Amino acid sequence: MRRILIISLLASLIGVQPGLADDDPSPDATTRGKAIAFDRNKGNCLACHAIEGGELAGNYGPPLLLMKVRFPERADLRAQIWDAAVNDPNTRMPPYGRHRILTEEEIDLVVDFIHTL
Amino acid sequence: MNNKILLLSVIIGLFTGTGATAGPEEDRTAMLEYYTGRFPDVPLQEFANGLYAFDEIAREQWIEMEDFPPYEIAIEDGQALFEAPFANGKSYADCFDNGGIGIRQQYPYFDADLGEVVTLELAINQCRAANDEEPLPYLTGDLAAISAYMSYTSRGNTINVKVPQDNPSALAAYESGKQYYYTRRGQLNFACMSCHVQSAGLMLRADRLSTTLGHATHWPVYRAKWGEIGTLHKRISECNSQVFAKPLEPQSIEYRNLEYFLTYMSNGLELNGPASRR
Ligand code: HEC
Ligand code: HEC
Repeated sequence: MRRILIISLLASLIGVQPGLADDDPSPDATTRGKAIAFDRNKGNCLACHAIEGGELAGNYGPPLLLMKVRFPERADLRAQIWDAAVNDPNTRMPPYGRHRILTEEEIDLVVDFIHTL
Repeated sequence: MNNKILLLSVIIGLFTGTGATAGPEEDRTAMLEYYTGRFPDVPLQEFANGLYAFDEIAREQWIEMEDFPPYEIAIEDGQALFEAPFANGKSYADCFDNGGIGIRQQYPYFDADLGEVVTLELAINQCRAANDEEPLPYLTGDLAAISAYMSYTSRGNTINVKVPQDNPSALAAYESGKQYYYTRRGQLNFACMSCHVQSAGLMLRADRLSTTLGHATHWPVYRAKWGEIGTLHKRISECNSQVFAKPLEPQSIEYRNLEYFLTYMSNGLELNGPASRR
């Protein structure tokens, strides 16, 4: 609850309203997405990103929070994970989709989870 | 200079590296400026200690480990191996300047006759070949021990790798090493510089990333994770594997060129090998 409060506070500060989006994923999808994101042999996102609920995270990349604010469009978030080089050719993030590190279905589940952060 | 612009020039410098103005010395100065801007409190020579230059907690554990240096046995073994005569009665001392003592700072160098970069490890096997001895494996074991002893006798000497300006082949070897350092590879699509330039000082999971500056000062290394002493090319293979790129053969021309570039970047630092790392 407190986190939601902080988020909506921050969000209102920068003028975005994080409402319940129409495309809110099922709890099952976010659970599975979280498992893939945290799995060292799958997403291994924690190697680089602090993510709520994850331990021993690195700080190679920015903490993942306020994702609906940062990425109002789910498609933009998916694009960042699929191939971060499209946004920034000097990116230091692996191209999960372009290099088939994760399957398209796994990426969808990860996006579902990350978008809840 | 603004640090962001500097980073960009360090990154982009590499893609325009073959241009007329950029040369090894310009590259080294840009690196130096970038890292000293990024780590203003770290004294220059401290970069020779890798991540322990700026990770306080890891540094404490490392200093404790150095109370009983885990590479000491390798130095002793290496000295015995170094001094033992070959079947023909000669020894390593006959192959090297100054009997092989205190000379590591000259390596790697570009051998104009051979037309290739010669690292100290390659030179050890060249010496064996010249004396009709079988080559030793390059990653760990006896060769690493001999290298450790030779490093030990060179401690405190200043790295002074040369890229002779009048030899286009030497410059080409340096450029190819530099190119390797800045090229993305592997399923994870990282270049060496993605981690050690762009992300130096940050944490990849539990690992604090060290700087390119100082990467060539302290080999071979006893690594707790390996449980033995290993050469620079062993470490590079591992960094390749981490991003799911296929490592090259140790002492392949590509790795030797890479070591040429890498060591040039540490010119001016003092040798402090062998060393321990976790
Ligand atoms: C090896 C490092 C690394 C790994 C692993 C990694 N990322 Fe990233 N990520 C980064 C970096 C660095 C950035 C910063 C922007 C850039 O360099 O492209 C970033 C940026 C992002 C962003 C944009 C953040 C923002 O606010 O703009 C998202 C979202 C993201 N990563 C999600 C993920 C997810 C999900 C995973 C796992 C499936 C993952 N990352 C794995 C390094 C990584
Ligand atoms: C995905 C990240 C990553 C990439 C890419 C990477 N490394 Fe590393 N490297 C590490 C980590 C982690 C360590 C251990 C911590 C440290 O010392 O930086 C390390 C350590 C090293 C060391 C030992 C440092 C010391 O003090 O003894 C060298 C040398 C090195 N890397 C060279 C390279 C080279 C050359 C490449 C490219 C072929 C490369 N690395 C690519 C992550 C990486």
